Amino acid sequence: MSIKFSEDHEWVELKGDDLVVIGITDFAQEQLGDLVYVELPEVGDECSRGENISVIESVKAASDLVAPVSGTIIEVNSRLEDEPELVTEDSMGEGWFIKVKLSNTSELDDLMDESAYNSFIEE
Amino acid sequence: MSIDKQIRTTSLYQMHLDAGAKMVPFAGYEMPVSYPLGIKKEHIHTREKAGLFDVSHMGQIRLVGKNAKRALESLVPVDIIDLPLMKLRYALFTNKDGGVMDDLMVTNLGDEDLFLVVNAACKEADFEHLQNSIGVECKVEFLEDVALLALQGPKAHEVLAEITPSTSEMTFMTAKQLVINGINCFITRSGYTGEDGFEISLPAKDAEDLAKLLLSNEEVEWVGLGARDSLRLEAGLSLYGHELDNDHSPVESSLNWALSKVRRTGGERQGGYLGDDIIMSHLNEGSESKIVGLQPEGRMPVRDGALIEDDLGNEVGKVTSGGFGPSLEKPIAIARLETHYIENQSKLFALVRGKKIAVEIVRLPFVKQNYYRG
Repeated sequence: MSIKFSEDHEWVELKGDDLVVIGITDFAQEQLGDLVYVELPEVGDECSRGENISVIESVKAASDLVAPVSGTIIEVNSRLEDEPELVTEDSMGEGWFIKVKLSNTSELDDLMDESAYNSFIEE
Repeated sequence: MSIDKQIRTTSLYQMHLDAGAKMVPFAGYEMPVSYPLGIKKEHIHTREKAGLFDVSHMGQIRLVGKNAKRALESLVPVDIIDLPLMKLRYALFTNKDGGVMDDLMVTNLGDEDLFLVVNAACKEADFEHLQNSIGVECKVEFLEDVALLALQGPKAHEVLAEITPSTSEMTFMTAKQLVINGINCFITRSGYTGEDGFEISLPAKDAEDLAKLLLSNEEVEWVGLGARDSLRLEAGLSLYGHELDNDHSPVESSLNWALSKVRRTGGERQGGYLGDDIIMSHLNEGSESKIVGLQPEGRMPVRDGALIEDDLGNEVGKVTSGGFGPSLEKPIAIARLETHYIENQSKLFALVRGKKIAVEIVRLPFVKQNYYRG
């Protein structure tokens, strides 16, 4: 299994050559607190790395999900619209956000592996 | 009085850290925004059991002197002279334009003695205002080295009665001086969550002992400022800097209920506070804007600053407080709207990130207030 991490606390799981699933890390969901709303992008939207593609709302505030890679959004986890708590309960599983078809697979090389991410959040 | 500009902490700082609180800067203090329980559960816990809040950052001021009541009346559109002994009243410091400098609680401790609790962010300005305006008529004393704990929720009275039984006979907006375990406490049955509960003023050095005593009851949990905000929002209570500010009169902030009859036009002591002409004209002739509750459609929170439009795209107001109501499991908001659009029951929308969210004007509070009136 190949999972990578961004500095914006997203996880990116590679599924095949150019398909990835993206979500937020456990560290991120703990920082955000109780989630009450997730605004997802549309299937078919293009995203480029660094762009805000989704809004995550906790009781207290709204935060952005920043695209860790560029590509086309081919699926969104629409369950989150009614059950944002899935992110809190299972951030790396049921609480996934989007599936993206990569337009530039080399961007994956810029992401961190698990041990690098763990040291990153310990800083 | 000197308040240095560096970040300050309350006497319970270490206890918050030990409890695992997430600390944030607020009004010059490092304050707990939430504990490991999380805002949502802390909120629900307060509605169902009892939440303990450290609100020691708030300002505590005493006015002493035989003209204290009359003097304070010159700064607030509220009846202070006839405030009964050991009773509280909600009041507002007005400015010369009829706007609101701060809101506060006033307790009558005796003929010549008043106790005020003011907002943390305004306490320095409030003290100066009192000193400059009425300092010659009474002694204005800013209380240093004091703490303020709030115990809020339907179980609050049981918890406190176990420690000090005589608090159970207190009714909403009354006060009592008591000694708890050797600690001098000034207790009021009041709060800002919409629930029954108490606020306890005590020496800062004793706050940790009392907090530990209260937390030893299993019904009690620490609750942070995050839940304090969602609780007061559901209870439809105004927050200074949001629903209340220097640019709007109490009438424009829908606080007519707080303006005492005797201080209104035709009352025995009408006017006589800053901005009285403007405030009384708003009372008598109506104001251009008001504060109302809004129920957004769907699940997306509509937050402070979101503009409100009618269906023709006219801007008709702005959200002053908004978020998610954990007890209601849905977003709620409070907004300042032009009176005309409230009366017309126009179809309204909030603008959130370029999207139009339908909102309906609703009566405040969102959640029934549960005060103990005897």
